[in-house]
Amino acid sequence: MEETICIENVSKKYGKKAVLNNISLTIPKGRIYGIIGPSGAGKTTLVKMMVGMEKADGGGITVLGRKMPNLPVLGDIGYMSQSDALYADLTGGENLKFFASLFKIRGSIQKQRIAYCADVVDLSDELKKKVSAYSGGMRRRLALAVALVQDPDLLILDEPTVGIDPELRANIWNELHRLREEEGKTIIITTHVMDEAEKCDRLAMIREGMLIADGSPGELIAAYDVEKLEDVFLKAGRKQS
Amino acid sequence: MRVAAIIRRIFQQIHRDRRTMALIFIAPLFVLTLMYFIFNGDTVNSRVGIVNIDQSVYNALQDADIDVVTLVSVDKDMIVQKGLDGILGKTDDAYNLILENSNPNTAMALKAKITQTISGVMFQTFLNEIPMGSLGYQAVDIDIDYLYGSEDTTMFDTFSSILIGFFVFFFVFLIAGIGLLRERMTGTMEKLMSTPVKRWEVVMGYLTGYGILAMVQTLVIIFFSVEVLNIVLVGSIWNVILICILSAITALALGILLSAFATSEFQMIQFIPIVIIPQVFFCGLFPMEGMAAWLQAVGKIMPMYYAADALKGVMYKGLGFYDILFDLGILAAFAVVFIVLNVFALKRYRRL
Repeated sequence: MEETICIENVSKKYGKKAVLNNISLTIPKGRIYGIIGPSGAGKTTLVKMMVGMEKADGGGITVLGRKMPNLPVLGDIGYMSQSDALYADLTGGENLKFFASLFKIRGSIQKQRIAYCADVVDLSDELKKKVSAYSGGMRRRLALAVALVQDPDLLILDEPTVGIDPELRANIWNELHRLREEEGKTIIITTHVMDEAEKCDRLAMIREGMLIADGSPGELIAAYDVEKLEDVFLKAGRKQS
Repeated sequence: MRVAAIIRRIFQQIHRDRRTMALIFIAPLFVLTLMYFIFNGDTVNSRVGIVNIDQSVYNALQDADIDVVTLVSVDKDMIVQKGLDGILGKTDDAYNLILENSNPNTAMALKAKITQTISGVMFQTFLNEIPMGSLGYQAVDIDIDYLYGSEDTTMFDTFSSILIGFFVFFFVFLIAGIGLLRERMTGTMEKLMSTPVKRWEVVMGYLTGYGILAMVQTLVIIFFSVEVLNIVLVGSIWNVILICILSAITALALGILLSAFATSEFQMIQFIPIVIIPQVFFCGLFPMEGMAAWLQAVGKIMPMYYAADALKGVMYKGLGFYDILFDLGILAAFAVVFIVLNVFALKRYRRL
């Protein structure tokens, strides 16, 4: 199986506190890979390292065959951060347009991409509104559309469904599955909600900077001889400590 | 081009934010106009009470635009009662002067004026006592000429040029700093750095976007000052524009740089007493010659010192391009240093 991201023995400390402790992971191409763990487990730090924003103290990360940090690779990564990271003074359309131009997507292709991304997140009719007038859920959806705008091979989404109502959350998951099926995209998603974890193809469980388990949801449940993913998490965590 | 995308976005944002637009364009004009009226007010004649003063001195005081009120005795209470600026008395051959002194500057000026007037009269008397003809007596006729400005030069004229530089510097500093700060706070900076945009492209986008805005602001301030407020402009207006644009770029780069050390708009405002106010002290509003040597050295590490020096040179003294080249060079050096530091400061968001 082709691998999209290869994380080798990555460690990171902030001051004296170890945030990530010797983590190794291989993320295959064309899968939805979930990174789950409680708040403060180090999920965001790990994700930021994949985008090259944080530097690992030890170990290395290879994304799409190139050692990070690497500027051109960023063109193939659609990153959605935990904060919405939108320009509130601009309209939704202007936000999409701005980020599209940063990827040097112009003209008719730009229009096409913007129309497509807006449609995916069901915001086509709201593009002329200022983001400051958007609801929390709409902002989250627009942020997702921004992450999709350059048609990246790899999507890295940091808690994408926080603050989104259940119906829309289902929509987004359908769309993520479709992106995987039809376009063969690799999607990395962080979450602390267990029922979302079940929708992932593979999972990595992180707790206090340590990788406590990884595999497909079914494998994990079988390996730990439990009924629910949640129990895997509890059991694996206990084993570790 | 990515830089162009950032510039366009900055314009869209500012266009939507009317308050900021007003701050950039109207605030400086408002303050300049206010200062114009404050410092161009008519000078009020001083009122001095006199006791036992010779007629010749009395006349001379009146000629010196001092309103003279004759009193019976030297009595401090009279100053308040009659609204005087001072009382001049004479016992035997000695003069004594009591000054009201609520404003030391005015009091000093009055003291100098009275001293001059009296010594003028005494000299006159001395000359008169010498028999006419023994000396080729000539009335002393002092012809006063001014190196800069004229008799009509007001305070405002001498430092309006500095004020223009100050406003350009201050408003650009604030707006660019807060603009970038907002980008950091809302997480868009992080998002920006997750795209293949290069760090220098971000800095250049910001510099150019806000730079164009600063340029328009500068032009408005200069034309308003010269055409509407009739500020003295002896030198070329092009040199003034050049200085202002250069100091705007320096302020821009400094504002963006310092925003890296602020985590909220309020913290950005806290830089004003640390970064902006000290520059006011060293930009020529207060004479630097009397300051201690180390203090003067402090002034010379501040961009405003050079901007003000060049502006005063061009606007008031009429210096030409080559005379201000040194100041311009230093300003440009400041700008370059700040810009380079900015590119490095963004490393916090991304290593590359």
